[in-house]
Amino acid sequence: MLEVMDIHKTYDGQPLLAGVSFTVTPGETVCLLGPSGSGKSTLLRIIAGLEEAESGRVLWNGEDITDRPPHQRRMGMVFQDYALFPHLTVAENVAFGLRMQGWSPQDRRARVQEVLELVHLTGFEARRVTDLSGGEQQRVALARALAPRPHVLMLDEPLGALDRALREELLEELRRILRASDVAAIYVTHDQEEASAIADRILILHRGKIVRNGRPFEVWNDPGSLWVARFLGVGNILFGKYHPGSGSPLLKTALGEFPLACPHRHPEGEQIGAILRPSAVEEHPGGKIHSRVTDVLFQQEHFRVSLENGLYAFLPRAPRIGERVSLRLKAPLECLGGVTEL
Amino acid sequence: MVEPLKRKGRAVSLLALPATLFLAVFFTLPLARILLYGLDGRLLLQPETWGRIGRALGFTVHQATLSTLLTLVVGLPLAFLFARYRFPGKSLWRAFLAVPFMLPTVIVAAGFNAFLGDRGWLNLTLTRWLGLEAPPVRFTGTLGAILVAHVFYNTTLIVRLLAHALEHLDPHLEQAARVLGADGGRVLRHVTLPLLRPSLLAAVALVFLFDFTSFGVILLLGGPTFATLEVEIYIQGMHLLNLPLAALLSVVQSLCTAALSFLYSRLLPRIVTPFSLRPAAANIRSPRHWGERLFLTAMLLLLVLLFLAPMASVPFRSLVRLEAARGERGEVRYGLTADYYRELFLNRRSSLFYVPPLAAARNSLLYALATVLLSMALGVPAAVALARRGQVARALDAFFMLPLGASAVTLGLGFLMVFRHAVTSPWLVPLAHTLIALPLVIRTLQPALSSIPPRLREAARVLGASPWRAWWAVEWPILWRASLAAATFAFTVSLGEFGATLLLARPEYPTLPVAIYRFLSQPGGLNYGQAMAMTTILMTFTTGGILLIERLRPPATGEF
Repeated sequence: MLEVMDIHKTYDGQPLLAGVSFTVTPGETVCLLGPSGSGKSTLLRIIAGLEEAESGRVLWNGEDITDRPPHQRRMGMVFQDYALFPHLTVAENVAFGLRMQGWSPQDRRARVQEVLELVHLTGFEARRVTDLSGGEQQRVALARALAPRPHVLMLDEPLGALDRALREELLEELRRILRASDVAAIYVTHDQEEASAIADRILILHRGKIVRNGRPFEVWNDPGSLWVARFLGVGNILFGKYHPGSGSPLLKTALGEFPLACPHRHPEGEQIGAILRPSAVEEHPGGKIHSRVTDVLFQQEHFRVSLENGLYAFLPRAPRIGERVSLRLKAPLECLGGVTEL
Repeated sequence: MVEPLKRKGRAVSLLALPATLFLAVFFTLPLARILLYGLDGRLLLQPETWGRIGRALGFTVHQATLSTLLTLVVGLPLAFLFARYRFPGKSLWRAFLAVPFMLPTVIVAAGFNAFLGDRGWLNLTLTRWLGLEAPPVRFTGTLGAILVAHVFYNTTLIVRLLAHALEHLDPHLEQAARVLGADGGRVLRHVTLPLLRPSLLAAVALVFLFDFTSFGVILLLGGPTFATLEVEIYIQGMHLLNLPLAALLSVVQSLCTAALSFLYSRLLPRIVTPFSLRPAAANIRSPRHWGERLFLTAMLLLLVLLFLAPMASVPFRSLVRLEAARGERGEVRYGLTADYYRELFLNRRSSLFYVPPLAAARNSLLYALATVLLSMALGVPAAVALARRGQVARALDAFFMLPLGASAVTLGLGFLMVFRHAVTSPWLVPLAHTLIALPLVIRTLQPALSSIPPRLREAARVLGASPWRAWWAVEWPILWRASLAAATFAFTVSLGEFGATLLLARPEYPTLPVAIYRFLSQPGGLNYGQAMAMTTILMTFTTGGILLIERLRPPATGEF
């Protein structure tokens, strides 16, 4: 098990990582999700030993490896630009780590065969890496990282340089390979769709701290904070005053009063943020939300309708732009807590 | 529509005509004459001839190989220093390291002489302090002196080529190797050096070529006993007046350099491994642990000893009296003196062939100005013609670069043979200098001309600029810098040229480098001091010129 404990790192005098802790178990894929510049890649490089943290420890199976140089850590790393050795063939690239660990030539050949098969590149052994397509290079990079059976496999935005169609194809393949290799994997991305597709667990990094840690659907259904809700784009964010109401609490907003689902306790009148999911509204003549349509976007299973009042909703029909619509809530707003605690 | 365009193309090609004619007369003709002279049946059949050529060729290869290896040993770590580390004074060192490669040979020879030679300050100081009879460090007249001077010259070339490649190497490649289990040494052996191989081979080939054709350094520091092909050509041609043998040696020398250049140009494109280029900043950092700090200190010490000390020795030696003047008896007055400079203006011996140093300086200046005028007059139109791509331009380009491959001594010898009847003319020297400067002028101008995108001028025209205004707004700002750089280049080259000048300059019209050579080889503290004073003056001008060229160069090329 990999344990990352209380990592601190400043960059150009600014705190980049301010006490990051998490664990990864073998067979588990953890996704580090955060906007660019949030220190995700730096965290990976600290775990790999390529950079030093100011404080904090990295443990593997209880053993402290913080002060070990990168070549003694047995980590696997896939760089965003692949970093394949241009002077070596595919097989030589994949065998590089095995050579460094002193494997015999026979064992090396067998293992190279094995991992190339895993990434569906059998027959590519003698090819020059510079002649490969982006997707193929990506697979070689993955095979090279997996070959020496690393303790932890780290992938730094591995699909960032590929186009969309190839990305989806490779994402599926990556899931299969990660499942088959049973390695502890850390996957860095800023794309939340990619994260939910690949991760067993998502860690969201914000201002040098992990602000949310959970399985993809948990994080989506309960972002836990205003910032995470906004970053993930889970829906409209409404602000208003908390009102305990009779029975269930209410949120008094500029658009009206709405029922609120809230697990916490708030004093009356506290300023609160809440999610209004775009799928949680429907057209209804008696609805309390009235507005003009400003934009309509076809999104396969529904139309994304933007309104003059700043909200957007998923509707089954396409209203004309400029048309007045009335909407009502199918479910209560979801409380994100007081705005001051942000 | 096609016809006028074609005609315009032909008119542009005509611009290259003067330079082509110039090369035909002053380059092809002398070479042809050397060939005719050298391939003399009687001479070729004498076994003694081949023994002599074999010895010279053998020693040339010997010293060039040693020099190249030594340069590599010194240059590689320095390349790492500049590519990977931040250290105090780095940008200053970087600017300074642009200088040695283009420094005239007499300056380098005088520099090492003033530092380590028998009358250099190190030896004189040691002799005085320890009360010795003879100088303790033997430097001039040894193979070591030749090697050290070659290292001085070519290290900067290695550093430039390799540091550039190293700086732009994708840092992720080395990091990937480390994560895969390679320690520092194995990263270097399995990743960094293999990736550097194309640059390394190119640098080694180039350094070998320069060491192979080196003349001034060998004659001035080694002396005539160290006979490379170049020195042998000079001795046979000028001292023994055996022109056929000198010509034959020139033929052998030219064949060797042609083969080497051919090998280099063939080798180069095939071995280039493509790798992604990264912005340099990502690779550069401050030293971290004590090992790196030790490396840094050692390298800086090396820089000081190898580059700064010989250069600083010259002005120091020109201002400090350390030994008695010739014929001076009794107590020597040590200490600061301006005598060596004062003496430059006097003609103490009223001998016919004695030329006061001031006259040599004046000659140098006039020759350099003539060279600038000639090479610019020929080079600017030629560069304009070459900037248009095409079959003819490519062939012409190769033709114009030919003099770069020929050795200066060979050029000088060819001139002597062809223009036998005009040897008294003071024009031979600037003509030879122009021949050497012309390829450099074209090489400086042409990239600048080609770099101007035609779209830029078209955009200016569409925006309402007249042809003249468009030229003024788009081309002129790029051109004037390049032209100034090219002119400075020609000026500096002429000022410092030694090999061809030594053969061509009339005894009564020596240039500064020739005068320095003469004064250096004469006994007496005063002569030595004057040589140092002249070298200091020459150094000031050439260093200024080199730094100016560096400043004018487009920033993207050859940084390190």
